[in-house]
Amino acid sequence: MILIHCPYCDEKRAEIEFAYAGEAHISRPVDPSTYGDEEWERYLFIRANPKGRHHERWRHIHGCGRFFNAVRDTVTDKFETTYKAGEPRK
Amino acid sequence: MTRFSAFSLFAKALGGHKDWPEQWPDAAPKPAYDAIIVGGGGHGLGAAYYLAKKYGITNVAVLEKGWIGGGNTGRNTTIIRSNYLYDESAHLYDHAVKLWDGLSQELNYNTMYSKRGVMMLAHNVHDIQSFKRHIHANRLNGVDNEWLTPEEARAYCPPLNISPDARYPVLGAALQRRGGTARHDTVAWGYARAAAALGVDIIQNCGVTGIRRGVDGAVEGVETTRGYISCKRVGVSAAGNSSVIMQMAGLDFPLESYPLQALVSEPVKPTFPCVVMSNTVHAYMSQSDKGELVIGAGTDQYVSYSQRGALHIVEHTLAAICEIFPIYRRMRMLRTWGGIVDVTPDRSPILGKTPVKGLYVNCGWGTGGFKATPGAGDLLAYTMAKDEPHWINAPYNLDRFRNGRLIDEAAAAAVAH
Amino acid sequence: MSGFRLPTGGRVDRSRPVRFSFDGVSYTGFAGDTLASALLANGVMLFGRSFKYHRPRGLLAAGSEEPNALVSVDRGPGRFTPNLRATNVEVHEGLKAVSQNRWPSLKTDFGAINDRLGMFFPAGFYNKTFMWPRSFWDKLYEPAIRKIAGLGDAPTEDDPDQYAATHAHCDLLIIGAGPAGIDAALEAAGTNRRVTVIDEQDEAGGSALADPSLWQWLERSMKALNDAPNVTILTRTTAFGYYHDNFIGAVQRLTDHLPDDGDAPREKLWRIRAGEVILAQGAIERPLVFAGNDTPGVMLSSAAKTFANRYGVAVGKSVALMATHDSGWHDVFALAKAGVGIAAIIDVRDTVDADLLKQAADLRITVKLSHSVIGVSGRYGVKTIEIAHNDGTGIRSIACDALLMAGGWTPSVHLWSHSKGTLKWCDDIGAYVPDQPNENVRCVGACAGACNFGQGAVIDVLPTPMDQSRIKAFVDFQNDVTAKDIKLAVREGFRSIEHIKRYTTNGMATDQGKTSNLNGLQIASTALAKPITDIGLTTFRPPYTPQTFGALAGHAKGALFQATRTTNIDSWAEEHSAVFELVAQWRRARYFPKAGEDMHAAVNRECVAVRSSVGIFDASTLGKIEVVGPDAAEFLNRMYTNPWKALEPGRCRYGLLLKEDGFITDDGVSARLAPDRFHLTTTTGGAARVLNMMEDYLQTEWPDLNVWLTSTTEQYAVIALQGPNARKLLEPLVEGIDLSAEAFPHMAIREGAICGIPTRLFRVSFTGELGFEINVPTAYGRALWERIMAEGDRYDITPYGTETMHVLRAEKGFIIVGQDTDGTVTPYDASLDWAVGKKKLDFVGKRSLARPDIVAAGRKQLVGLLTDDPNVVLEEGAQIVADPNQPIPMKMIGHVTSSYWSATLGRSIAMALVAGGQDKMGETLHIPMPGKTHTAKISGMVFYDPQGARLNV
Ligand SMILES: Cc1cc2nc3c(=O)[nH]c(=O)nc-3n(C[C@H](O)[C@H](O)[C@H](O)COP(=O)(O)OP(=O)(O)OC[C@H]3O[C@@H](n4cnc5c(N)ncnc54)[C@H](O)[C@@H]3O)c2cc1C
Ligand SMILES: [Zn+2]
Repeated sequence: MILIHCPYCDEKRAEIEFAYAGEAHISRPVDPSTYGDEEWERYLFIRANPKGRHHERWRHIHGCGRFFNAVRDTVTDKFETTYKAGEPRK
Repeated sequence: MTRFSAFSLFAKALGGHKDWPEQWPDAAPKPAYDAIIVGGGGHGLGAAYYLAKKYGITNVAVLEKGWIGGGNTGRNTTIIRSNYLYDESAHLYDHAVKLWDGLSQELNYNTMYSKRGVMMLAHNVHDIQSFKRHIHANRLNGVDNEWLTPEEARAYCPPLNISPDARYPVLGAALQRRGGTARHDTVAWGYARAAAALGVDIIQNCGVTGIRRGVDGAVEGVETTRGYISCKRVGVSAAGNSSVIMQMAGLDFPLESYPLQALVSEPVKPTFPCVVMSNTVHAYMSQSDKGELVIGAGTDQYVSYSQRGALHIVEHTLAAICEIFPIYRRMRMLRTWGGIVDVTPDRSPILGKTPVKGLYVNCGWGTGGFKATPGAGDLLAYTMAKDEPHWINAPYNLDRFRNGRLIDEAAAAAVAH
Repeated sequence: MSGFRLPTGGRVDRSRPVRFSFDGVSYTGFAGDTLASALLANGVMLFGRSFKYHRPRGLLAAGSEEPNALVSVDRGPGRFTPNLRATNVEVHEGLKAVSQNRWPSLKTDFGAINDRLGMFFPAGFYNKTFMWPRSFWDKLYEPAIRKIAGLGDAPTEDDPDQYAATHAHCDLLIIGAGPAGIDAALEAAGTNRRVTVIDEQDEAGGSALADPSLWQWLERSMKALNDAPNVTILTRTTAFGYYHDNFIGAVQRLTDHLPDDGDAPREKLWRIRAGEVILAQGAIERPLVFAGNDTPGVMLSSAAKTFANRYGVAVGKSVALMATHDSGWHDVFALAKAGVGIAAIIDVRDTVDADLLKQAADLRITVKLSHSVIGVSGRYGVKTIEIAHNDGTGIRSIACDALLMAGGWTPSVHLWSHSKGTLKWCDDIGAYVPDQPNENVRCVGACAGACNFGQGAVIDVLPTPMDQSRIKAFVDFQNDVTAKDIKLAVREGFRSIEHIKRYTTNGMATDQGKTSNLNGLQIASTALAKPITDIGLTTFRPPYTPQTFGALAGHAKGALFQATRTTNIDSWAEEHSAVFELVAQWRRARYFPKAGEDMHAAVNRECVAVRSSVGIFDASTLGKIEVVGPDAAEFLNRMYTNPWKALEPGRCRYGLLLKEDGFITDDGVSARLAPDRFHLTTTTGGAARVLNMMEDYLQTEWPDLNVWLTSTTEQYAVIALQGPNARKLLEPLVEGIDLSAEAFPHMAIREGAICGIPTRLFRVSFTGELGFEINVPTAYGRALWERIMAEGDRYDITPYGTETMHVLRAEKGFIIVGQDTDGTVTPYDASLDWAVGKKKLDFVGKRSLARPDIVAAGRKQLVGLLTDDPNVVLEEGAQIVADPNQPIPMKMIGHVTSSYWSATLGRSIAMALVAGGQDKMGETLHIPMPGKTHTAKISGMVFYDPQGARLNV
C-alpha cells in the first residue's frame, strides 16, 4: 500500500485514504462544441499510459477531500512529487 | 515434430527420456519476415500458428521480450466462458470457446481445458435482472447459460454458503456449463510448438524497441534488442505493454494499464468442482488440477507496470472468498502475484487494423482475455492475412471511441471477468 | 524403535510431558517440542507422502522450509487444518495430527504405484497425453489426475475461530530474531526509536537456539530487550510480505499451540509501517542431489543439530554425513559431543581444512574425502548408504540409520526481493545475495550473505557412476522433481528458469522452493552450459510461508464484511415484518406482507392502497447533497442536462446527470431553497459517485465557481406520503406551511415544522399521486413515522416498500436509472428529450450526444410494452425479436427492462429498450421464452393517468 503525500494536508498518508482519479492535466475544453469528433475522442479516451513518469490525479477522499496532482513512476510506483490542482505541470 | 501420445511417452520412457526433441527451436532473428507478431503470449503465438496453418504465411516471427507465456498468459486465473451479453461479445467469445474445444487435439498438446462450469452468483435484485438478461440473450444467440436457484447452485457447488443470513445472500446463479478453465502455460507452449513445426520462428529475449515507418507512413520493420528486422506486416499483441508499443508507431491509444493480482492456496484434494464468480462481493475461484484454490482479486486503483499489488486488495479478496465459502477460512494462501492488464474505456478489446498501414493490433483484453486466446489469435491472423477484419472482430475497431459505438459489457452488467 | 531422546540437553521442558497422537497412535513428548521433534524422539521416521509419486518421506528440515513432513491437525469440529509442517506444529496436550496424501494408510499407500511407474510420468507428461479419446478427458483422465494430486483434505465445515487484525507503526522493524537480529535490536534499544522485532518461531534466538554455547548470551540479550521500553518483541509471528513504502504484512499465531484456547482469536494480522527495516532472516541449508536423497532419515545436517541441541533428540543412533560444505562437519562434531553415534563423514571435496580432519580424528570419526553417496537403501528409513569415489570406483556400503546433507547455505532474500531490492550472484557461496535496496532497508547476518558460512564446494548433482537418466535424485522433494526432470526440460527447449520451473514444477510446492530453487538453478546451468546468471531467477512473491485465509480476512466477516446501512425507520420495518432487499450498501423494506400474503399479494394491496387512499414509504436512502454558494445555480446548470438558473426558490426540478460520454449516470428531483442554496437528491446507489463527480468538476475544471457541496444523505430521514388522502393527513400535523394546491403546487418545497420537528417538505411524486416527501433530521425519523401511522389510521394508511414503489412509478413511466438504463443509454434513448436543455450551450456530456453513433438511427430506445395477453407478466431481462421464426442465433432488437403486474390497471405492464422503438408505436414484437413465445405491442410509457390529473390536485 503506497504512501501518498497530500499537498493540502501536507502529510504522507496510506493509499486507502485516497482515490485515484486518472491522468492529470487533461482539461475540459471551455466550449466542447468547438471540438471535432477526433479531438473529443482524445479528450475523453486517449491516455498517455506511459511506462515511467506519469502525471496523475488523486483525491484525498477520506481526508481533506481535495483533488491534487502527482508525478509517479509507473515502473517503481514511486512518487516524484505531488502538487495542488491548478499548479503548472511538473 | 515428435507426436505426443501415450505411446510416444511410453517408448521414450524406455530410453530414459533421453531423445525428446526440443518442443520449439530457440530461433535467432532473420533479417526479414513476411509477418511479425510482437508479444509471445497466447494471443500472439496463436496468431502466428493460424497465420501459418490457415493462411499459409509461414515466414513469420514471434518476438518476445522475455520468455513466451510470461505475461498475462502465464499469470491469469484461466477462467473460460462466453456468456456475454451483447451479440458482438457473444460472437467473439463463443468463437474462442468453440476453438478451445478440440484445441488439445489440434495442437497435439494437452491444454487441459476443463469444462467445469462457470457459475456467477446473484446477490441482489439488480443482479437477478442482469443475469436473466444475459441468459435470455445467450439462449437466443445459441450460447449456453442457465439460471439456478440457490439450492441448485449449492448442489452444483457444495461449498457454497447459501444461508439467507449471509451479508450478501445468494439469490441465484447463472451457470455456463461449457465454461471452465485450462492450463495457461500449456496454451502458450502448445501454440509455440505447433507454430514452430509449421516454420514460425519463436524468438525469445527479443524486445521490440521501435517501429520503423516508410515515407508513405506504412510499416517497414521493427527495431529490437537483437537488431533491426524488416517486415511490412506487424501485429502487436502485447497486452499491458500495448500503449508503449503503439507509441513507437506514433499512435496514442485509449488504454490504461493496471495491476491485477491473483493468488493460490496450498493444494488440497478435490473440494471445489467448478468456477464461481461473484461480482457483487468481488471474488472468483476455481480449483486447479494440482489442487490449489485459484483466486482472482480486483485491480489496484492506479496505473502501473510494476507487476506488484497491494496487500489490502488481497485482504479484501480473501474476506470475500470466506464470506461465500466459509469452510475455506482455514485454508492457506501459498502465493500471490500480479499482472498488468490493459483496459479500454469500454472494457472490450481492440482487435483490427490501425491508422498505420501494415500495423495491426490486438489489445485491451484487460482482466478477461485468456478465454479468448484461440479466438483472438485466429482473428488477428485473419486480419493480418486479408488486411481486413473478420466480421467477428470488425466491431472491435478503434473508430468506436470516436463515433461512440462502444461495446460496454461492464456498464451493462457490472461484470468484469 | 524408541529412545531417540537424548539423556540430557535441549530446551524442552522435561518436567512437562504432553500426550498427543499421530495417525491415531498416542505418543508422549515434552513441552517445547514440535510435532517433528516429538515424533522423532519416539522413533518415527515416516511423516508423509510426496505429491506425485507418493513416496514415503521423513523430515528434511527442522524449520519452516520443510517440504516433506506435512500433516493435518484436527482441533475439533470446524477446526481441521491441512498441510501444516510438522516442524512448525508445537505439541500440546491432546494434539491430534494425521498424515495426508495416502490411502489407505501412511505405510501402505496405493498411490505409490505412481512411483513404480515413475518413468512414465516425467516432467510435463500430462501435456503429452490424456488427449485420446477426446471424451475421456472430462470424465476419466482429469478426475483421476485431480484425485492423485492435492496434498491434505480441505476443511469441510465452517471455521468457528475468530481472527484479529491490527495496524502498527515503528521506526525500526527487525525481521528475524537470530543473533544478527538480536544484535541489531540491542543496538537500537539504547536509542529513542520505536523498535519492533518479529520472529516466526515460538522463541527468539534463531540459530542460537541450536547452539548451547550461546544460550547465556541469548538469555542476557532477551532480558535486555524485554526490559527496554522502546522494544516490542513478537514471536510466532511471520513477516510474510514486504509491500510498497516499507509496509510489511505479518501474521501472529496466538492459540494453535495451546490445548484450549477459549474464545481468543486464533491468529492476528499485523499491518506494519516501518521507518526502517532490518532483515535478519538468516539462511537455509541446501540439500544435496543424489539417488535416494529423499529416503526418510536423510535430512539437512543443520536440522539434525537443531533436533539434538534444541530439542534433545537424536535423529539416529548411527548417523552419516554427506558434505560439500564445512558447516556439516561442525554439526556432526556437535552431534558427537551430544552423544549421537557417527557412522562416517563423506565429503565430495578432495581437501578440507586440516583442523576439521583433526577434530574428526579426535572424535574417531571415519572420513571419506573425494567420495559421494550414490544410493540409499531402506524404503521407510535409512538402513545403509552406498558411497563411491568421485571417479566411480570403490563402491561400498556403510550401515547407518540417518544421513545428513550439508550442501552449503542459501541466504533468505525473500522479503528483500518482495521489496524489489536487487540481487547479485555470489560465487563463493553459490547463491544470490542482496545488492541494491529499493526501500529504507538493509540486511544483516546470514541473509545478507555476510556471515562466515565456512568453506564449501558448489555442486549441482553429486558424482555417480550410475546412469543419471535412470536414478531419482530429488531437487524439489514435495513436488517430486528430480535432476533428470530438469534436464529433460532443458532438452525439450525450456531455457528460461521460469519455463523450467513451470514445466517441472520445481519450486512450486508449499515451501516455494526454499530448499530447491538453487539446486534447480545449478542443474539447469550445467545442462544449458550457461552461467547461472544468464538463465534468470524466479520471482519471490508473498507470502514467505503460507498464511491462513481467515487471518487475511481479519474482522471482515459476516456483518462486519461490509457495513449494512440502515435508515432510522428500518427498525420499525423490521418490527412490522417487512421483507428486505439489499440496494447498494443499504437494506430497504421491499414489501410488508400481512399474514398469508406472498409478495404478489402484498404488493397488489399496497399499490391499491396508495392509489385509493394513502401510502407511506421510507425514502431516506435517497442520496442528498446540499449545494451552496453564489454560483450554485450556474454549477448545476453545467452539471445537469436541463436549465437550472431560472428555477425559482421554493420550486423543484427533475435533474438528469450524464457522464462526459453522454450516457445517463444518475437522476433525481432537486429543490432550490434560496438563490444560493439547493437540496439535491440522487439515486440510492449513486450518492457517493455523484458527489465525487461533482467535486471533481468543481475543484478541477471550474475552481472559479464559488460553490460548496456537502453530503446530507445521513442527515435527513425522508418519509414519502403518497395518495389522494396525503394532504388531508398531513395538514393538521404541519405548522407554518400552507398545503393548499394554490400555495403549494406540485414540484415545490417549503420549510416549516411537522409535529414540532423542523422539516423540508417537498411536494413531489414518484407514484403519480398527490404526494409529499417529508425531510426531517434523521434522529426524528422513526418517531415521526409512528406519529403519521397513528394519525393515518383513519385513512387506513398503508406502509409500502420498494417493490410497490417500482410498480407505481412504472405505471407512470418513470424510469429507474440502472434498471431501465444501463450505462449505454442517452437521454434521447430514454425518451427524456424534455429533460435536455436544447438552448444550453454546454453541460456535462452534451458534446458526446453529437457523436455519429449517438445521432444514428436505430438506437435502442425506451418504450412501453403491453403483452397481448394481459395476464402475462414478462420476465425482466427477456429479449425481444421482430421475427420469432428465425433460426438461432436470432437477431435481438431489445430487452424488457421493467415488468410488473399492475393491480390498478388489472393487467401487466412493461418497459423495454427496443431498437428504433419510438418509431414503432403499436407494432407487435415477440418475446421468445423457453417453451413459449409471447407477443406484445409497443406503447407509450405512461400507462396510468397520462394527463397527470391525479397529481395536480
Ligand atoms: C491476475 C490475472 C488474472 C486473469 N484472469 C483471467 C481469467 O480468469 N480469464 C480470462 O479470460 N482472462 C484473465 N486474465 C486476462 C488474461 O490473462 C489476458 O487477457 C490474456 O492472457 C492476454 O494474453 P496476451 O497473449 O494478449 O498477453 P500476454 O500473455 O501478456 O502476452 C503479451 C506478451 O508481449 C510481450 N511484450 C510486451 N512488450 C514487448 C515488446 N516491446 N517486445 C516484445 N514483446 C513484448 C510480453 O512480454 C508478453 O509476453 C487475467 C489477467 C491477470 C493478470
Ligand atoms: Zn489532504
